[in-house]
Amino acid sequence: MSQIHHAALDQQQQPGQYNQICTRSSSGSCAAPNDGSEPACPGHRSRTPRRKWQVFPGRNRFYCGGRIMMARQTGVFYLTLVLILLTSGLFFTFDCPFLASNLTPAIPAIGGILFIFVMGMLFRASFTDPGVLPRATPDEAADLERQIDSTGCSRPPPRTKEVLINGQTVKLKYCFTCKIFRPPRASHCSLCDNCVERFDHHCPWVGNCVGRRNYRFFYLFILSLSFLTIFIFAFVITHVILRSNRTGFLSALKDSPASVLEVVVCFFSVWSIVGLSGFHTYLISSNQTTNEDIKGSWSTKRGKDNYNPYSYGNILTNCCAALCGPLPPSLIDRRGMIQSDTPQTVSQTNGTGGGSYASTQLRSHMCDQDQCIQSTKFVLQVATTPLLHSDPVVLAPLPGKTTTLGGPCAYLAPSQPSLPSCGGDVLTLRDAAADSHCHHHLHHHHLHHHHHFVSPEETPCTTPQGALPCPAHLHLHPHLSVPTPTALYDPSSQDALHEDSVRGLVKLSSV
Amino acid sequence: VRLQDLQQPAVSSKVFVQRDYSSGTICKFQTKFPSELESRLDKQQFEETIQTLNNLYAEAEKLGGKSYLEGCLACLTAYTVFLCMETHYEKVLKKIARYIKDQNEKIYAPRGLLLTDPIERGLRVVEITIFEDRSIGSGR
Repeated sequence: MSQIHHAALDQQQQPGQYNQICTRSSSGSCAAPNDGSEPACPGHRSRTPRRKWQVFPGRNRFYCGGRIMMARQTGVFYLTLVLILLTSGLFFTFDCPFLASNLTPAIPAIGGILFIFVMGMLFRASFTDPGVLPRATPDEAADLERQIDSTGCSRPPPRTKEVLINGQTVKLKYCFTCKIFRPPRASHCSLCDNCVERFDHHCPWVGNCVGRRNYRFFYLFILSLSFLTIFIFAFVITHVILRSNRTGFLSALKDSPASVLEVVVCFFSVWSIVGLSGFHTYLISSNQTTNEDIKGSWSTKRGKDNYNPYSYGNILTNCCAALCGPLPPSLIDRRGMIQSDTPQTVSQTNGTGGGSYASTQLRSHMCDQDQCIQSTKFVLQVATTPLLHSDPVVLAPLPGKTTTLGGPCAYLAPSQPSLPSCGGDVLTLRDAAADSHCHHHLHHHHLHHHHHFVSPEETPCTTPQGALPCPAHLHLHPHLSVPTPTALYDPSSQDALHEDSVRGLVKLSSV
Repeated sequence: VRLQDLQQPAVSSKVFVQRDYSSGTICKFQTKFPSELESRLDKQQFEETIQTLNNLYAEAEKLGGKSYLEGCLACLTAYTVFLCMETHYEKVLKKIARYIKDQNEKIYAPRGLLLTDPIERGLRVVEITIFEDRSIGSGR
């Protein structure tokens, strides 16, 4: 075990070899990952071993070397941030001095604590992996295909599996993009192009999906934000009233013009935010997701015997389970290194719609093969060392080991309150022209929910490549332009892949 | 037997043990014995491995006094407490990794099989790789 660990560390700091200047290095505030120290011949493009987040197939953005994960469209998130910071800033600057001196200094203190809690929860909800399910490896997908008998038509029929959970029959659907049978309560987010466990909804205000791993942060965010909004609203009104008792209403408004802005913002937010908090409190106490509630999955209207099989029976247990239950770790190993050694040559694929899928397939195939070989090497070495009397084989780091190295880091970022000031590490795998996603955000928040829920579940005709949105989907979102297949395929990563595999061949031949 | 043969065994096939969702969304794998392993492994051995894994995952996801305490403490410290200590789930995952390594060394590798830790497959499947039989005794 320690051998592998040492090998892992050694590979990152080999003396006598210069570091590649990583074109995607993040700036000072976050620790820039040492993306490997492979020697590069002059004239070749970068061949540094890459981390898994750089080839992640979903439509996400990663910051801080893969520690922070958000959706592609983050415009509305910045709006949320600006609104909260502006209103709170104005409150602390203009209203608090008056209130602290005339009433009690506890008011800014409580306000400050609330504000910090709100921001903390917002960042955790936005930056945490919501519970994305990694896509199936090609071997798994092939195995599943074998199990399900295909009648040989060009497009496979929609596939479902039925499972009995706590006495209720639940249908598990097959996800064509991720090539897996979705676990119960999981859903495929069309905006992020990922399957998410216990999918609640995609929240543009938070700039991320809300799923199993960040639901509690989302809930605590909206709950604390409703308290903060009501708090600010109440005390700004108090401030204005106290002032107008002394100097008259109009001059009070003239003395503190910021109060007007604050009152307006708070008044309009309080209805939606408090309403949303109430709605989610109901969902938590009945252990449902927004997705299930909107579709009426467990409503008695569907059938007399229809009930929620996931509910624990009483409200308290449901609440505790949702808010204080164990937090599962991220299933996508974002900061792990990709294993580039492979015995297979990678054939260059053309820039068609199939290209992006094939490249993902090839990459994961490579990781798979190599991982098997490395693991078996180790196991067989352990088993046969006395037989062979050879020196122990120094192995490249196994993905499993890098998981433990990467594990703590995954939790490091969300608790850092600093924003992506290390903004350099933006990776957009797909250069799709579908920035018309922005149109979604102009809709009302709840309306957006509704539009979103009908699309992923009811349209089983997602193409296997997952490159083109389904025509039915397009009907619901007429603003969406179809991203061109070539735009979805990243030529630079393909070349790097080819070079990685060639290097791998060279390495293997020297064994 | 060439050194190279021993160091690079060929993968004959892979068996995938899927998840069992009959108890809900908790992580649990099917204990049904796959037919491809019949020649290599005892049914009981396999079931014992899978059952132990299921128990370990159940321990990781258990709701109880300890996990609630950890959750509340984390919330109160704004989740900064996880900078110093690892979550209960992570501790159990490490235990599972050790168990799988142990099982591989003792039971599966001698039979030309390899268990892959489910966490590397997104907790979707237990992948068992079957290697070609290249034992010293078999003349090829």
